[in-house]
Amino acid sequence: MADPHKPAAHPHPDVPNPDTDAYAQESELEAHLQSKPMFINMGPSHPAMHGTVRMKVHLEGEIIKDADCEIGFLHRGFQKSCENVTWTQCLPYTDRLNYASPLMNNFGFLNAVEKLIGLEIPERAQYIRVIGSELHRIHDHLTCVAATGMELGGFAPFLFSMEARELIIDRVAELTGARLTTSYGRVGGLNRDLPEGWIERTLKSLDKIRELNVEVESLLSRNRIFVDRMKGTGIISAEDAIDYGWTGPCLRACGVDHDLRKTRPYWVYNQLDFDVPVGEHGDNYDRYLMRIEEMKQSDRILRQALAKIPSGPIIVDDWRIALPPKPEVYGTIEGVISHFKLVMEGIQVPAGEVFDATESANGELGWYIVSDGGGRPYKVHVRAPGFPILSAVSSIVTGKMLADLIPTFDTINMIGGEVEQ
Amino acid sequence: MSTYALDRVTAQFPEAVAERYLDRTGGAWAVIHAEHLPKVAAFLKHELDFKLFVSIDAVDRLHLAENDPRFEVVYFISSLSRREHVRLKVRVSESNPEIPSLVPVFKGANWWERFVWDFYGVRFAGHPDLRRVLLYEEFQGHPLRKDYALRDRQPLIPERPIKDIFRGPGTSGVS
Repeated sequence: MADPHKPAAHPHPDVPNPDTDAYAQESELEAHLQSKPMFINMGPSHPAMHGTVRMKVHLEGEIIKDADCEIGFLHRGFQKSCENVTWTQCLPYTDRLNYASPLMNNFGFLNAVEKLIGLEIPERAQYIRVIGSELHRIHDHLTCVAATGMELGGFAPFLFSMEARELIIDRVAELTGARLTTSYGRVGGLNRDLPEGWIERTLKSLDKIRELNVEVESLLSRNRIFVDRMKGTGIISAEDAIDYGWTGPCLRACGVDHDLRKTRPYWVYNQLDFDVPVGEHGDNYDRYLMRIEEMKQSDRILRQALAKIPSGPIIVDDWRIALPPKPEVYGTIEGVISHFKLVMEGIQVPAGEVFDATESANGELGWYIVSDGGGRPYKVHVRAPGFPILSAVSSIVTGKMLADLIPTFDTINMIGGEVEQ
Repeated sequence: MSTYALDRVTAQFPEAVAERYLDRTGGAWAVIHAEHLPKVAAFLKHELDFKLFVSIDAVDRLHLAENDPRFEVVYFISSLSRREHVRLKVRVSESNPEIPSLVPVFKGANWWERFVWDFYGVRFAGHPDLRRVLLYEEFQGHPLRKDYALRDRQPLIPERPIKDIFRGPGTSGVS
């Protein structure tokens, strides 16, 4: 029987074979590497692709000649779903946009809706929104840094980061009742107040997270392998980044000082003291350092906000927008009617349109919302920060080595849920 | 909310601006005639420093009171130095939904225009690679149009007839 491992004889022995003939005279040890063009599919579910992205990579040797990025494997009709449910029922869909920072997506959507109604939420609710957002900013950045370290071969920083992440998830679970799919905000405020003793526990967790971050940083920032693969790879110029519509830490790593928390302050960010770190080179290493530095700034914000949080209501006292308190629902006819109308018909948002953006962990999370005056949104457009960032990846990696694709993909921190809606 | 950019655009290209208004939150909007869009965008980018390309989307106005022409494509462009947004609209009819592409002006327009083509069926003339971006090539129709049924399904691979799978409200098992 023929040996199945032996290559089959060339079907046309007379026709010259360009792969082998040129090197027929070379000895086996000194033979040239064949470098005819090759197509490689990275993905759709490659371990280094966060989410499901397919990169059709055209390789010549190890150089990427062309990369075509194909997305959409996670598309689940976010917009269409939102347009067919009430305003409050959109919230669970927004959780699932970015599973590393769901609270920011919740609050970003609500912020846009409240702007459309023309509603000012109570100060305590604004503080809690800041606290939740910054907790999740640390969570998102930790996820990104941990995955970057792990995919470049370091598992210990991943474990430390996971421990820190778990602390945040525990606090979020105490606050919202869910670990990842929070659905915590409500139009006009929040679902519930802070639990008993939560502030002290959060402060204790922050101390531990800070310690763990020092560990992660010391393991990665000056690690020879890590630095060699990050520094000078995945470079994008500031002009290109702006042209593509990059925002957030990836844009700031190019040296552009743009943070919506400073340029268009919302909630109580203008009462809190923090800095916006800015990078210089726009390479992978700068994007990594940006995230490390932003976690420290978020820590600063959190400690101030937890110390300054005022007492008071957490949701507006308007039964056309917020559900009435339960004793009123059970005891008064007005309460019953308001509750019924809010649940069955939804909040009657006045007709109009709004574009509003908040600074989420990856950049500008924009919402364009159109209301026709009914209880359901007529149109919900989400401007996910990852979408423009991912669209630039092909041009960044073209002409570079295949190995640079992995750290580049890590540091842009693409989240499948929001990019693919 | 300053209207600096739109004032400059109106002064420079009076023929391009069809309408201007403030929305209920104070955002300033300009409705641009489609054929003038590239030069308005280039003017915004190169003269007024509106360089950050934020996003594009479309609105299908089928069920709104004002629904002629049917589609409204909205553009959001930001200026980092002026810290200001500019919001443009282009209205296109259902019979010939075509707009000049902004890819020569903004690289970021590439995927967003593909997105609008994918979900609303608005074509962008001069786009280098106008493919679907989130759906597959074999998909029929444009699902964010209001007349596309919410529960319509177009599986590439036939779904297995498993009765126990609950496919969401409005469907009865497999459809």
